Amino acid sequence: MVDFPLLSLMTFLPVAGILIILAIRGDQEVVDQNTKHMALYTSLFTLAFALFMYTRFDGSSAEFQFVEHSSWLKPLGINYHMGVDGISVFFVLLAAFLTPICILSSWDVIKTRVKEFMIAFLALETFMIGTFVALDTVLFYVFFEGVLIPMFLIIGVWGGPRRVYSAYKFFLYTLLGSVLMLIGLLTLYAQTGSTDIPTLMDNPVARDLQMWLWLAFFASFAVKMPMWPVHTWLPDAHVEAPTAGSVILAGVLLKMGGYGFLRFSLPMLPEASAYFADMVYVLSIIAIIYTSLIALVQEDMKKLIAYSSVAHMGFVTLGIFTATTQGIEGGIFQMISHGLISGALFLSVGVVYDRLHTREIERYGGIVKNMPKYATVFMILMLGSVGLPGTSGFVGEFLILLGAFQVNTVVAAFAATGAILGAAYMLILYRRVIFGPRTNDDALSMPDLNQREIGLLVPIVLLVLWLGIFPGTVMEKISPSVDKLIGEYNEKLEVAAAQGETEEEGPER
Amino acid sequence: MIDFNLIPLLPEIFLSLIGMGLLIVGVSEGNRSTRVICWAAAAGFAIAALILLGVGWETRSVLNGMFVMDKFAGFMKLLILIGLIASVALSVRYLVQEGMERFEFPILIIFAGIGMMIMVSANNLLALYMGLELQALSLYVLAAFQRNSVRSSEAGIKYFVLGALSSGMLLFGMSLIYGFTGSIDFGVIGRTLGELNAIPFGVTFGLVFMLAGLAFKISAVPFHMWTPDVYQGAPTAVTALFAIVPKVAAFALLMRLLFEPFMALSDQWLQIIYFLSLMSMVVGAFAAIAQDNIKRLLAYSSIGNMGYALIGIVAGTASGAGAVVLYLMIYMVMTAGVFAVVLSMRRQGLAVYKISDLSGLSKTAPTLAYAMAILMFSMSGIPPAAGFFGKLLVFNAAVTEGYYILATLGILTSVVAAYYYLRVIKVMFFDEPIDEFDKDMPFARRAVLLISILFVLGFVIKPSVFIENSLSAAASLFTG
Repeated sequence: MVDFPLLSLMTFLPVAGILIILAIRGDQEVVDQNTKHMALYTSLFTLAFALFMYTRFDGSSAEFQFVEHSSWLKPLGINYHMGVDGISVFFVLLAAFLTPICILSSWDVIKTRVKEFMIAFLALETFMIGTFVALDTVLFYVFFEGVLIPMFLIIGVWGGPRRVYSAYKFFLYTLLGSVLMLIGLLTLYAQTGSTDIPTLMDNPVARDLQMWLWLAFFASFAVKMPMWPVHTWLPDAHVEAPTAGSVILAGVLLKMGGYGFLRFSLPMLPEASAYFADMVYVLSIIAIIYTSLIALVQEDMKKLIAYSSVAHMGFVTLGIFTATTQGIEGGIFQMISHGLISGALFLSVGVVYDRLHTREIERYGGIVKNMPKYATVFMILMLGSVGLPGTSGFVGEFLILLGAFQVNTVVAAFAATGAILGAAYMLILYRRVIFGPRTNDDALSMPDLNQREIGLLVPIVLLVLWLGIFPGTVMEKISPSVDKLIGEYNEKLEVAAAQGETEEEGPER
Repeated sequence: MIDFNLIPLLPEIFLSLIGMGLLIVGVSEGNRSTRVICWAAAAGFAIAALILLGVGWETRSVLNGMFVMDKFAGFMKLLILIGLIASVALSVRYLVQEGMERFEFPILIIFAGIGMMIMVSANNLLALYMGLELQALSLYVLAAFQRNSVRSSEAGIKYFVLGALSSGMLLFGMSLIYGFTGSIDFGVIGRTLGELNAIPFGVTFGLVFMLAGLAFKISAVPFHMWTPDVYQGAPTAVTALFAIVPKVAAFALLMRLLFEPFMALSDQWLQIIYFLSLMSMVVGAFAAIAQDNIKRLLAYSSIGNMGYALIGIVAGTASGAGAVVLYLMIYMVMTAGVFAVVLSMRRQGLAVYKISDLSGLSKTAPTLAYAMAILMFSMSGIPPAAGFFGKLLVFNAAVTEGYYILATLGILTSVVAAYYYLRVIKVMFFDEPIDEFDKDMPFARRAVLLISILFVLGFVIKPSVFIENSLSAAASLFTG
């Protein structure tokens, strides 16, 4: 534990970086160079803060730690309340870890409006970290929604040919979901008089209200996640976004949906979560199988990985709503692992895209000869995405399936089928790009990974392997919080069931 | 004892003196003194604001109860004066650029300002009407101020004809209220209505007419038809004035009327306001999509925003009223900033108004483009900009009172509205640049823009200051 506001410092450090960047003056080239360095250092410092937080984080406790509390919207009793527990700590780390990688990956690629790009990324970092550490619903909403602004600009300004359409689609889809959640949050506030997340977790509202609120929250988180059938913004956004944008989108932004389910839906609305769980299973299975099939026929690498993200997120929602220890821990683990793997996969696509300026799978083939290092890295990532034992992808998927089997065998069987399809499209992608017929001369003359790219990809690859071999490092910090979550969830359900019985026995029925 | 305490009236008296004095200066010095008179008017507003702060805001009424001073009146007048200073500051250079440097301009604004301040403090029907008409007559002239422009004259005529019609309806409604309650004093009307067992038909009738007249002034749907045309036709500086200030005054008047004398009729007016609010939000959001003129776009945006503000009145509680006050304050500051940008849209000395004229502004004039983008995000209610908190409070007030349907529909229209605000951003950031705007940004306009941006971005850091003041101002409406 520490006696200074660590979380606030970590959250708002990027804002300080922005202010400094805004003050940089001089020649265009010098400004661009300085801006890049400034942005990198800021994000590295933020990462340092995040790692420091991690070392001081007490993994044996399920309580919120590093809590900060001060008044904010005073007349309404809405406070500035921050804290992390085992559920959020790794998401914070993920955001802090991927941001410097994104900034580095854009180092030579982004040539126009460098200053604005870096500012957008730092703003994004603040909003992302803020989302995961906020312990007040309104504060959470401010961060959660604020993410849209920089991301809209990142896609729209630095994106591909259909960037305008995609940026709009991303923004409006997400906004539509979020505003419904806002009404839900305000209703919750009106009913309980509190916007404090821990307080709301301890005081579940009436069953009927829970149903409506659950749907309102679901509208937001399902879009963000994204779940079938509201996933259509994701492939568009991914395809058009610049590499760094895709990385952060897949790596962190999608996790906000899953985090929302864990922070809001399950603990605050347990009865509704239990009631709607079957619907979530069905949607998850459709997501897993249907989007896997779509991924099979994609000709665009980024689109393929985007659809695979939807499928992987289908596993996550499935795991979360099994409300079993394995399912939820697997869901969290899968989110972390997917954040790393899909982020790195997008980076890998970016590597070849920078050389050939196309994402068409057709245009590549046989590049294992001229890019052996790339082929190795890509193979590990691909196998991680497939869920090969020894990589982080396996642990998450396995635990989720384990959790699913406890709840519903049919669901688990379908989900397991999806895992096979996942292996199919990833292996096909790998075969066509890395091996395959050597027909494209320009693809065969591409140089292998340079030092910067190695520097970007290798840390992620190592983490993927580390988490695959020693998942305990993460699990031991997650499990106390998850156990608490599930314990309280079941307790609330029992209380509610007991109340329901007494009501039925009552004279008025 | 005859009640002849004029202290609460001092700001209005001071402004009247300034207005008449400047009129004399203008007449003797001619149009070359316009600049000086403009700044003198701005200074006059600033001094009036200081006087206002000095007279004390405890609740009291003077002139036989015609004029009331309370925290609500004080706060709204302060907002109005700040808005007026901003509009004058925005106009000075514009008058020169458009060759309409005539000294009547600032003087008319002063008299409009006095009218608005009386509207806020009016405590009987006559004072209400006097303030409203003084304001409206000055604004009719201002709308048509660009004499050689057909559009401006059209705007003036349109505004006048429809305004006169609405004033007629208002008067008719007032006469009915007077006839059925026997008084024009707000306090007496309120007591009389409160004691009635059944509401007479004539009172309801009068209320409906009065609300129709006032709905015109705040441009709530279905009385909004004039807004786009007047916004488009009037000289931009006048449009800025229209967008920034009179609505604050009209809202203040509406709130005092509904929450004080007509509180007993809340079941009746609630349905009307509910309808006005919902329709305004829907029409404001959908009609704005098709606009390609930035002034018309802002007209529909203001219609929509009035709809959101009305939600707070529907809630009918002190916190709802406080939310309205806060909403108006934030809206006023944002609009001032937006118009600072719109006024800078000039090429080769000519003003341009197409949204497509903003193409690629982020490359040709990045600072302006970023300022506009921040304002647009704020207008669409995306946190952490100030606009979000205005919406948060009104929706919170509605949800607290159980108006879930209105809140949900309202927030869904805000997504539609986000689309057209985003379009402005899209044009500025994603489209290819065209010719640069003239690099002629006077200091006053820069200052207005800067203050607006600082407010919009800084609000999130210490929101409680503004929220507390808005809530306590509105609370004074409910104590009486």
